[in-house]
Amino acid sequence: MSCCAPGAEGLPGGALALPSDDEVRFSARDLGDGLRQTEFSVPAVHCGACIQSIESGLGKLAGVEAARVNLSTRRVTVRWRGDQPPPVVATLARLGYPPTVFDEPEAGKDAALSELLRAVAIAGFAAGNIMLLSVSVWSGAEGATRDLFHWVSALIALPAMIFAGRIYYRSAWSVLKHGRMNMDVPIAIGITMAYALSLYETMHSGAHAYFDASVTLLFFLLIGRTLDHVMRERARTAVRGLARLAPRGALVVAADGGRDYRPLAEIAPGMRILVAAGERIPVDAVIERGASDIDRSVVTGESAPQPVVEGQAIQAGTLNLTGPLTLRATAKAEDSFLAEMLRMMEAAEGGRARYRRIADRVSAAYAPVVHLTAFVTFLGWMAYTAGDWHQAITVAIAVLIITCPCALGLAVPIVQVVAARRLFEHGVMVRDGGAMERLAEADAAVFDKTGTLTLGHPRLVNAASVPPGALAAAAALGAHSRHPLSQAVALHGEGTGPVFDALAEKPGLGIEGRADGSVWRLGRAGWAAGAGAGEGTVLSRDGEVLARFEFEDALRPDARRTIAAIEDRLGPVEMLSGDTLAACRRVADRLSIAHVEADLMPAGKVARIEALASQGRKVLMVGDGLNDAPALGAAHVSIAPATAADVGRNAADFVFLRDSLSAIPVALDVSRRAGRLIRQNLVLAIVYNLFAVPIAIFGYVTPLIAAVAMSTSSIIVIANALRLGGPRPEGERQEGNRPAEARG
Amino acid sequence: MSMLVYLIPVALFLGALALGSFLWAVRSGQYDDLDGAAERVLFDDDEGKPAAGP
Repeated sequence: MSCCAPGAEGLPGGALALPSDDEVRFSARDLGDGLRQTEFSVPAVHCGACIQSIESGLGKLAGVEAARVNLSTRRVTVRWRGDQPPPVVATLARLGYPPTVFDEPEAGKDAALSELLRAVAIAGFAAGNIMLLSVSVWSGAEGATRDLFHWVSALIALPAMIFAGRIYYRSAWSVLKHGRMNMDVPIAIGITMAYALSLYETMHSGAHAYFDASVTLLFFLLIGRTLDHVMRERARTAVRGLARLAPRGALVVAADGGRDYRPLAEIAPGMRILVAAGERIPVDAVIERGASDIDRSVVTGESAPQPVVEGQAIQAGTLNLTGPLTLRATAKAEDSFLAEMLRMMEAAEGGRARYRRIADRVSAAYAPVVHLTAFVTFLGWMAYTAGDWHQAITVAIAVLIITCPCALGLAVPIVQVVAARRLFEHGVMVRDGGAMERLAEADAAVFDKTGTLTLGHPRLVNAASVPPGALAAAAALGAHSRHPLSQAVALHGEGTGPVFDALAEKPGLGIEGRADGSVWRLGRAGWAAGAGAGEGTVLSRDGEVLARFEFEDALRPDARRTIAAIEDRLGPVEMLSGDTLAACRRVADRLSIAHVEADLMPAGKVARIEALASQGRKVLMVGDGLNDAPALGAAHVSIAPATAADVGRNAADFVFLRDSLSAIPVALDVSRRAGRLIRQNLVLAIVYNLFAVPIAIFGYVTPLIAAVAMSTSSIIVIANALRLGGPRPEGERQEGNRPAEARG
Repeated sequence: MSMLVYLIPVALFLGALALGSFLWAVRSGQYDDLDGAAERVLFDDDEGKPAAGP
């Protein structure tokens, strides 16, 4: 494993098939001149030492021109020459950084971030210089000097308003077009009005210009927006960099017997495909030749591998465990099971699409009030000054400027940035801020079983009662098989078992080997020891049973504590699974989950979540499989482990990277604290307005007062948000092992 | 007050210089890997020299 990776335990990849040379060549980008570039995602990279060992390790390979690690995105870019790719994948795996091919090279360039950074820079430049001039005006510059300063300010502010302001104009315009409202609307109106008024004042040698206010406001807000973007992008790339479970293509057998690696999109029904042991099935297909065991846990939630033989149909996304298969495709990739799940997801997207984020709700209420206040102020001054419209407009715009929601615009994103960072440290990725708001509201939880409550691979439970000699022999034999039960046994070996030869894996039955003149078998009792041996998994020598093995699907660490904590703090917990009732019961009893529904189809899970939603519950769904994806989409908020199927990961609001389920209480906790801080911030912003607005309405606001008031309120709001990043409250360190009464 | 004629352009020029170098840094990819940059500064120049990378 990697040198110092605190978050790397539990990253998927170890058990997965590494990308083949075909795949590497297929995804390479031609740079011309014989030079090719491939990007790999390497989630295990964590520190400077990792960078050095990868770059020097790859740099030594023949054919590699350059290798560069990007630590932020956990990616390696390799430039190479020749027809065959250098053994990059094998080298990375040997160094302890199993790679996956990253096939969106353009995604590495974050155009939105560059635009935001440029906007921040321009706004910062303008704000600094204008403030310099404004301070001179405030400290007494008069007459021609003041006018000159104002003109220079106007000139500096113009590019800032255009380049930096367009981010807000664009966003405000796009929501207004749809008849909705967000915080960017009052911001865009506020800064524009402030600029227009100041320009008018400058032309008429007025005393007060608000160039500094509008540009500084823009600068602060853009900083918040950039941080928000960086945080979200970081979570997104971390999720995107996880190993893909869906294959990118398949080895197709041509009519003349030649083999050709073809991308998924080109695979048509009727084509013959080769799938090696350890690979996933690319499209729905029928087995033409071969037999194997199929792990369907990601697709259906069944925990036990199923034997398959010639003529049987298998679904895309299942994992071929023990034997090579020749398949005949029966559906195109876009018509396969996966695509059906995607369609169901689109249909199911309900509660989440309807949810409106706090910031949007607040601004929908806030903007009309502000604009109405400004308008009433204008009317009031018109009446009071008997038609001095210049005076009336000046005061009305001052009201708009002072209420321009600097604090309000920062109140929500800053808290969410700090919260997302806190979750990132715990190995939890958040898709967006709205997800935290929804998680804080959830009052019922639904868990998938296989792969979510359990790790999805079996564990030997009776190792202590098996004779040591038999265990060592079984482990030595099991190490040669990819079957999950064999691998579970193999973990208990200490290298003391006999050395086997003539090894043969019998798909659906077990593994066989010879040692000391005897035939040893590890597998189904009926095969290893004859029909009279009953059920279960045994080790036999020449047909005589030496040991029986019992397995159970290993629970995720902290599963029991997590379920208890969630029942305490969130609400009732249910388990919905595609597995058999007996298998579900065993897990449910150990976790004391009362409500269990087994043998569910994907639509059944969605139906159950919708039933809960119709009772007024806001459901948190935790699941990992392809079959969970529609349910993850249908739930109010959803969480998936990093080992989840790609679709599930993309549908989920949160993705946790470590094995332990304690990520869920942590996410819940941070989300609720963030929710509380957001409400505090909103109250602070409103209190600020209660003081500032009357001053503005009565016409006492000067640019100096506006600058002081707005920066003070922003600083207060930011300082309050930073409390979330401060010393952790007791208990979070223990990852959710906290008494129920401590936090609501 | 006549020195303002020099001072304001000088101040603006210096600010623009900083702005320009920041934009150049963004464009040339120096903000693409902030975490990596924090680690690379600690490498010994002779052994961990990154290859001329993309």
